[in-house]
Amino acid sequence: MTLLDVQNLWVKFPNRQGVFDAVRGVSFSLGRERLGIVGESGSGKSMTGRAILRLIRKPGIVQADHIALEGRNLLNLPEVEMRKVRGQQISMVMQDPKFSLNPVMRIGDQIMEAYLLHNRTSKAQARAKSLEMLRAVSINDPERVMRAYPHEMSGGMGQRIMIAMMLIPDPKILIADEPTSALDVSVQRQVLDIMDGLVKERGMGLIFISHDLNLVSEFCDRVLIMYAGQIVEVCDADKLHDAQHPYTQGLLQSLPRLDQPRKYLPVLQREDDWQKAPIAGDQA
Amino acid sequence: MIKVENLNVWFDDGYDRVDAVRGASFNVNQGESFGLVGESGSGKSTILRAMTGLAPTWSGRIEIDGLALHGHKRNRDFYKTVQMVFQDPYASLHPRHSVDQVLGEALHLQGFRDIDTRVVKLLDDVGLDRKFRFRYPHQLSGGQRQRVAIARALAGEPKVLLLDEPTSALDVSVQAEILNLLTDLREEHGLTYLMVSHDLPVIGHMCERLAVMKSGEIVEVMDVTQLRQMQAKHPYSQELIGVSVAH
Repeated sequence: MTLLDVQNLWVKFPNRQGVFDAVRGVSFSLGRERLGIVGESGSGKSMTGRAILRLIRKPGIVQADHIALEGRNLLNLPEVEMRKVRGQQISMVMQDPKFSLNPVMRIGDQIMEAYLLHNRTSKAQARAKSLEMLRAVSINDPERVMRAYPHEMSGGMGQRIMIAMMLIPDPKILIADEPTSALDVSVQRQVLDIMDGLVKERGMGLIFISHDLNLVSEFCDRVLIMYAGQIVEVCDADKLHDAQHPYTQGLLQSLPRLDQPRKYLPVLQREDDWQKAPIAGDQA
Repeated sequence: MIKVENLNVWFDDGYDRVDAVRGASFNVNQGESFGLVGESGSGKSTILRAMTGLAPTWSGRIEIDGLALHGHKRNRDFYKTVQMVFQDPYASLHPRHSVDQVLGEALHLQGFRDIDTRVVKLLDDVGLDRKFRFRYPHQLSGGQRQRVAIARALAGEPKVLLLDEPTSALDVSVQAEILNLLTDLREEHGLTYLMVSHDLPVIGHMCERLAVMKSGEIVEVMDVTQLRQMQAKHPYSQELIGVSVAH
């Protein structure tokens, strides 16, 4: 079943030299699955995630044939309606918890605010629900965390709190933009496991944006590879290592590996025709 | 080249005291590349900071190129021997100084006269085109900025480079370029590297030996063949290798 369908998405930024196209004609659809979007910085992967929620600020322009959430085109919705979509239907976890949590508000109050905004209930109920969510993301002493301020938390804790907050309204789709790149490898795993469990349990759709090919191939069901604003390749995550496109192969080879020592790492040789490559995302 | 014995580093005193490094000892030979791995907060960067005098409260013994270090003051000779490259090239370059100013200033401080020819030479060394000489950091990509930071470190013709996560802010394709550059530079200039990273494959690629750190202590020192064959002895290093290999 298709939760989200994106057709021919463009994100444009007018500048002094003309118009810069950050995303150029991206199409894909998302079911109840884990979809990975990988690419280097500047490939347009984050812009794609933001464009879905209409979070691109002016003078940026978002154009698409449609961005349909269960058949409803998000592009035509008035801003008031859009605010109901954000959070309740589609949630987003950003890269760095340091910048997404309010530094002068207790964590408990922030989570409760998220709940009270979307539900008409008492504060006591919101509190109970917040504690339950914190436990769901494997925080052992939720009572203390509720009273704490964001700076008292480590990066891993902060990211778990963000995930708890995003999941409170029970959204249908979660967009995670580099949710673990600010974290250590050991903590990364824990956070991913938590996300994985929640996605499976609730039957959500997940869009996982990352620059880490190996992580994505292990964690997602399907992967879109982006280069210069376009989707250059779509493949099943477990078959990523058999990828066809020279860009994907180049990225994979440039990673140092413990089992294959060598003096020099192969460097990616970029070719101009990758930029005008036919859009492989049509069948995605 | 580098000798560290029973190094302790702490921040704050009294109730808030944090022991960031506890009893660390290791040696790095001339021309060797040595890695420090561990998760954030394990004290690996703090060791580098203690060496360069950026973490003033330490005890124990640090010896570099036969000279013992004391306190947090370092003299000119020290900076001629040891230079550091920082993690984030976006933060470590002055936003309103051009590449020429950055390198020129470093050369001037090292007491060189022929600054003009040396700036050009440094740019060549790190594989930057000469057209970048009069650009500002915001006109450069992350990889180009890190090249400038490496050129700045090389200005005084040092013997030791301290590399604090030099590629963790970069894309994998750019990371490969910078790691290759560091491999070349070590060979050409006979440098000794002390490299900090949380990324085991990167350390495995760059270093001959490495130390695994956990909450301020070195739990194990091993060489890279042991790492590749997964023959770590300490359970923590085994765990760390496990997660790194898993993906």
